[in-house]
This record gives sequence, structure tokens and C-alpha cells, in this order.
Amino acid sequence: MSTSPLVNCEHVSCTYGNAAVLDDIYMKVNKGEFVGVVGPSGSGKTTLLKAILGTHPVAHGSITMDPKLTIGYVPQVETVDWYFPVTVEEVIVMTRAKSTWWPRITHAERTAVREVLDRLGIGDVAQRHIRELSGGQQQRVFLARAMFRNPDILIMDEPTSGVDVRTRHEVLHLLADLHADGLTILLTTHDLNGLAAHLPRLVCLNKRVIADGNPREVLTPSVLEATYGAPMEVLEHGGMPLVVDHGRVQMRGEGK
Amino acid sequence: MLAIDIFEPYGFQFFRHGLVVASVAGALCGLLGVFVVLRGMSYIGHGLSHAVFGGAAASAVIGINFFIGAGIWGIVSGVLIARVARRRVLGADAAIGVVTTASFALGLALMNRYGQASKSIEAVLFGSVLGVKFADIVAVTVVALIALAIIVAWYRKLLFSTFDPDVAQVSGVNVSFVEMVLLSLLSLTILVTMRVIGTLLISALLVIPAAAARMTTNSFSKLLWISPLIGAVTCFVGMNLSYHLDTSASATIILLDALVFIVVYTVAGTRNRMKMASLGHV
Ligand SMILES: Nc1ncnc2c1ncn2[C@@H]1O[C@H](COP(=O)(O)OP(=O)(O)OP(=O)(O)O)[C@@H](O)[C@H]1O
Ligand SMILES: [Mg+2]
Repeated sequence: MSTSPLVNCEHVSCTYGNAAVLDDIYMKVNKGEFVGVVGPSGSGKTTLLKAILGTHPVAHGSITMDPKLTIGYVPQVETVDWYFPVTVEEVIVMTRAKSTWWPRITHAERTAVREVLDRLGIGDVAQRHIRELSGGQQQRVFLARAMFRNPDILIMDEPTSGVDVRTRHEVLHLLADLHADGLTILLTTHDLNGLAAHLPRLVCLNKRVIADGNPREVLTPSVLEATYGAPMEVLEHGGMPLVVDHGRVQMRGEGK
Repeated sequence: MLAIDIFEPYGFQFFRHGLVVASVAGALCGLLGVFVVLRGMSYIGHGLSHAVFGGAAASAVIGINFFIGAGIWGIVSGVLIARVARRRVLGADAAIGVVTTASFALGLALMNRYGQASKSIEAVLFGSVLGVKFADIVAVTVVALIALAIIVAWYRKLLFSTFDPDVAQVSGVNVSFVEMVLLSLLSLTILVTMRVIGTLLISALLVIPAAAARMTTNSFSKLLWISPLIGAVTCFVGMNLSYHLDTSASATIILLDALVFIVVYTVAGTRNRMKMASLGHV
């Protein structure tokens, strides 16, 4: 392909103090791709996203990204201060902080917020405080905030953590639709069977990139053991890989 | 007859000056306190007030103007603290604690060695209405106007970088610059408030009104006027009470703030319980 990748990580290492968290990461994301990063808790998924966003320093190597790209970022819900006094509408409009100073939400903004919320199926929550929402609604509000900027690339940290099976399906369908419309998506997840197995490309991360490719190639017992440090079985279910942990279907996604 | 003349203190110029400074300072602390409370940086308010004290003492010894000397010292400490806090290194708050308390100790030592009397130390630590001059009114008003202008013009940026600094950064907000300005404003606020409230109790004035206001509303924009209102009213009433009760102005003000907090806490708690109960189930 002749076009250069949207995100290009080469030999990237990151640290917290003296502790190395990412080591020699090599990863490219091309325009129009839908990439999932999987790995155990503490494997550096959030750190990798933050390094790409430029909010965590890169110790070695380089991350190149077109500075003109608009990024939509959806943080891990556990990191959001849910007690902060803001309404859904205010959260979404915040992303306009750069382009306008006028403190009040304008009529035009209100309409635009409504539109993006409607698109995500939560049109009626605009005036609510962010704490007065269900897990799935909270997740979608932050997705709405990211979408509000018309991003070129959507970066999401654990979009299905803490949501039920049905909401997970809805989020997955939503993302599939956005991807079909041409949006580039990079996300992290704990949910191997519910989310990761459905994506076109997976990156297995544990401080280093263990494997990178189609779920069929990547979700193998040897790769999973190297990534998670625990033996796992992989079954075939309806043409999809199904990861089984100690004879049980692994449920990290729902457990959190 | 035992009736007290509530207007008696108004006959004194120092009291009138003190009253104006305290009320404006109360509003100013309430306004910036919103950011202090929401960002969970009350230890920074505490640290900065101690650092500014060192600057105040040093400028007294060197013989330069209090506002210039302590102001520069305060802004420098503010910027340094912002730097350290942003690096998120383990122990950043310890570093801040060490630097600011050292600055405080230096101030104390300088005042012991060169100050005229222990009276002036007490005045700096606990505040004093007696020393308030017209220049203090000007200073506190100017800082309040600057703070107001910045908070209106930067409302969105401030809200965004307070709520979610990482995403604000990604969305094009210069978060470290916003933080630096906020901490400089905080230093200036401490500086102009110090004379009346004193070093030791400023951080309470930065935290209590905002924390009380936070319990009354879920709206950031409402917080920005409720908190200054609580700050101003408690300072105004506290000043008057302190004259009649013959208690320290700063202590009276802070006790009044604490009282407001307790009342709001109790009322808000009861309201929440009633809300829960009205939900019916469990
Ligand atoms: N602010 C921090 N200070 C020090 N160490 C940190 C900090 N944040 C993360 N770490 C460490 O860096 C490592 C990677 O953390 P990171 O948050 O990137 O993992 P993760 O893969 O996103 O985990 P999870 O799946 O639980 O979200 C962990 O060992 C963690 O303890
Ligand atoms: Mg994470």
C-alpha cells in the first residue's frame, strides 16, 4: 500500500519511573483498519494508548502520526471521575474548548449533541448528571464525546468493560457500523470471545507485542499462554475461535 | 442595657478596610476553591500558603514590597508545583511538602532573627485586621477581577482540563499552560488573602466553601457562583461576629464556614435519604 499508516509505532518503550511497562513495541495502524489490543491486566494497554495520544512520554523509539489527524479518545471508564459535577451535554460539548470560548452551550451545539446522542441510541440523557447513567450509557456518552469531533481515528480503552452482554453487542454493532463508514478504530479489550474474536485484527500485548494478525492466526494456545502466562484452550465455534480457560469459558470482560 | 450596636465597628477605618478585603477575598477563595476541590489538590493550597509565607518574610528582611516579593515567590512555587505534580512521579506530594514547609520554616527563622516582635509572626500566621491598608483593597480587587476574567474567558478550557486532562490535551487544549495559570492565580489569591486570614487558615477557606457548595449542586457553572457566595458571606458575617465576640477574625470565619458545611452536609444527607426512600424498593 502506498499511503502511509495513520499511527506508526517503532521500537517504542515506555516506563513509569524505573519500571519498564512497554518494550520495543512495533505496531502500525492503517487508515480504515479496526484493531484490537488484548493482554492481561497491567500488560500496558492503557499506557500504549496514552503514548499514542502523546499524554505519556515515550522513553525510546518513536510514534509518528499526522498532526492534522483528529483523534477521538474514549478513556477506560474506571478512570473517569463520576462524581464530577457535569451533565452529559457538558461532557460532550467540552471537546469544543479549543474552538470557542463562549461559556454557555449554544442552541446549535445543543442540537448537535442531541444528534450524536440519538445516533448512539441515548437521545434522552443529555440533561442528566453523568453519575445517573447505567454502565452502558456511560460508555456511550464518552463514545459520543469522541464522535462529536468527527475524528479520523477512534481510540477506545476497554469499551465493553462493566457492561452486560446485550450492551456489549450494541457497542460492537455500533463500532462495526462506524468502521463500515470508513472510521479507523483502535481499541483495547479484556473480552476475548465477546469482542476480540470478532475484530479483523488483533495485537496481543504483554509488555511486548506477542502476536499481531487475524484472530484465527493469533488466538492460538501458544500465543495466549505467552500473553496471559496461563494455559488456555482454543475451540472452534461456528467458524470462530473460542477461548476456553481451564475448561471454562473465560469471562474477564463481564467480571470487571 | 446590653444591646450591642452592630454598626459600632464600622466607625473604625481599619475595620471597614478589613471587611472589604475579607469579603472580596472570601469570594475569590471560594471561586478558586472550586478548582482546588474538584482537582483534589487541597494539599497544594496548603503548600502554597506556606511557601508564600516564606516569600513574605524574605521580602520583609530584604526590604522589598510585600506584594512584589511574596508574589514572585508564590508564582515561582506555583509553577514548580505544577511541574512536579504533572510528572506524576511517586512521591510528588512529598516533594511539594518538603519544599513548601522548608520555605515556611525559612520564613519563621527569618522573622525570629530580624522581625520586630512575635506579634508580627502571629499576625502573619493567623491574620490581622489591624494591618489592613487601602493598598490591600486594591490588591485583592485586582486579583479578583483577573481571576473572574480568566475564568469566564477560559471556562471551557478550565472545565475540560479539570475534568479530563488527558483528553483535553488530545483535543488541543494546552493543559500544562492552563494549570500553570491556575496555580499562579492560586498563589496570587493566597498572597492578597494572607494579611486578613493568615497563612495557617487560608487552605480552609479554599476548601470548605467549595466543598459545601459541591453538596448543593451537580452543576459546575452553579458551583462557580455558589461557592464564592458562601465564601463572601461567611467572611462578611465572620468579621462582624469576631468584633463583637472579641475572637480572632480568621478563626471566626473558618468556624462559620465549618458550620455552613455541617448544615449543608446534614440537609443534603437527609434529602438524599428521602430521595432514596421515595424510590420505594429496598
Ligand atoms: N501512574 C502510574 N504510575 C506507576 N505505574 C503505573 C501507572 N499507571 C500504570 N502503571 C503500571 O504500568 C503497568 C501497565 O499499566 P496499564 O494501565 O497500561 O495496563 P493495562 O494493560 O491498561 O491494564 P488494565 O487491563 O488493568 O487496564 C502496570 O504494571 C501498572 O501497574
Ligand atoms: Mg488499562
